[in-house]
Amino acid sequence: MKVVEINNLTVKYPGVKALDNVSFSINEGDFLGIIGPNGAGKSTLFSCMLGILTNYEGEIKFFDKDIRKSHDYLRQIGYVPQKPVFEKNFPASVKDIVRMAWTNHSDKKTIDQVLQQVWMHELGDRRIGELSGGQQQRVFIAKALVNKPKILILDEPVTGIDTQSSEIFYSILRDLNEKQKITIIWSSHDMDAVNRLANKVACLNRTLFFHGKSQEFFENEELVKQYSEASMQQHMHHHETH
Amino acid sequence: MSFEILTYGFMQRAIISGIAIAILCSVVGLFLVLRRYSLFGDAVAHSSFGGIALGLMAGIYPLWTAYAVSLGSALVITRIRNRFKISGDASVAVLLSAGIAVGLVLISLSGGFTIDIFSFLFGSILLVSTEDTILILSLTGIILVVILLLYRQLVYSTFNEEQAKVSGIPVEKINYLIVFLAGITVVTSIQLVGILLISALFVIPNVTAIMYGRGFKQTSLLSICFAVFSVVAGIAISYVFDITPAGTIVLLSIGLFAATMAIKSAGLIKS
Repeated sequence: MKVVEINNLTVKYPGVKALDNVSFSINEGDFLGIIGPNGAGKSTLFSCMLGILTNYEGEIKFFDKDIRKSHDYLRQIGYVPQKPVFEKNFPASVKDIVRMAWTNHSDKKTIDQVLQQVWMHELGDRRIGELSGGQQQRVFIAKALVNKPKILILDEPVTGIDTQSSEIFYSILRDLNEKQKITIIWSSHDMDAVNRLANKVACLNRTLFFHGKSQEFFENEELVKQYSEASMQQHMHHHETH
Repeated sequence: MSFEILTYGFMQRAIISGIAIAILCSVVGLFLVLRRYSLFGDAVAHSSFGGIALGLMAGIYPLWTAYAVSLGSALVITRIRNRFKISGDASVAVLLSAGIAVGLVLISLSGGFTIDIFSFLFGSILLVSTEDTILILSLTGIILVVILLLYRQLVYSTFNEEQAKVSGIPVEKINYLIVFLAGITVVTSIQLVGILLISALFVIPNVTAIMYGRGFKQTSLLSICFAVFSVVAGIAISYVFDITPAGTIVLLSIGLFAATMAIKSAGLIKS
């Protein structure tokens, strides 16, 4: 069953198209890795999907409904941003952070449960600012899970996090997808991690370069080579223009 | 010091109003401090100076005109800030100087400073009437109920606006609400410490409490305790030694801040 459908999505910034006629769909239970260089439009795509950016052409449907018509779909979505910006001294414990997003108060055990899922239950009373980047991101996953979402969207969640913490993070994502059947939409620079974890892959470089089964992409050396070269050009262009 | 002072009506009103204002400023101030809006209270208070001058000139109860002018300018400056992407500190500076400038022009037009203006500038908690006390208690009650009802939305949008927005919280409306509540709180509190020291009540108990490294509710409760202590002890000390209550209250809260820093430096509070 399709849970997300994106049709002819185009986003124009002054003088440049951030996304150009992108179309693909995501099925229930998919683990989709979205890869692309800096400036490829990954964050723009997520901003559109999350209703933050509304000035786009085309159509985005969640659960068969156009998101321009209602924001109700957001209740079924958990979102983990790239690197959440917050005041380092913000007086909130790990539990406070998870509680912020909690809307269904019927089950009192939920907060402890989601913290256990991300292996953070022992640090529930610690202040968020005292934790390492990897631990903070696990707390933000717990926050994203607290309302029992059907879809989890993660925007380059392990940027700036060490390899060991990233691996813990990835195994949590795999568990959520395999055991709890949560659909995961995840953007990453790490092609190797996407190859290991995702069952579907979308290669974005303002236009959609490839969308399909992860195996099909990574086993086709020519395709990977073409994509890497295109990404490198984009990367160089990005550096030159900045 | 004897408890005899508590038998005086003016002292009872001062302490009751003072406690209400201390609680209100701590609770509203925590949101402002965490949003890097610490001087917003100062800016609104200074703009209320123009409102007070307007009221005195027009023969209207000055606090009513202060409420109108402060709320109006707070909302306008927030809108300008959102629309033109002016930084928080710059918009605060504009509001602050505009309020004082308008006030000064109006006062000079009406023949110079009067005793009334001084009581608004430096506070006059010992002069609050029964009507003022009822107004302060009612506004405190209403604002605290609003904050309790919208607690999750307020904390969440203060923590991270983008995430709050994605969680379906109407962040822009919440931002206006905070500014609105802060505006009412500032004008309500003017009688306690006056326009010139108002931001101390918003900021100092909260930054002191934040240093204790606790969660949101505990930080808020600690801040309330520090503010209430400073206000009650400040009023009592100022009465006994016949000094200004506003200055004493603020100096006590600075004393608590300094003591907390000393305790923290000695390693008695974990970093």
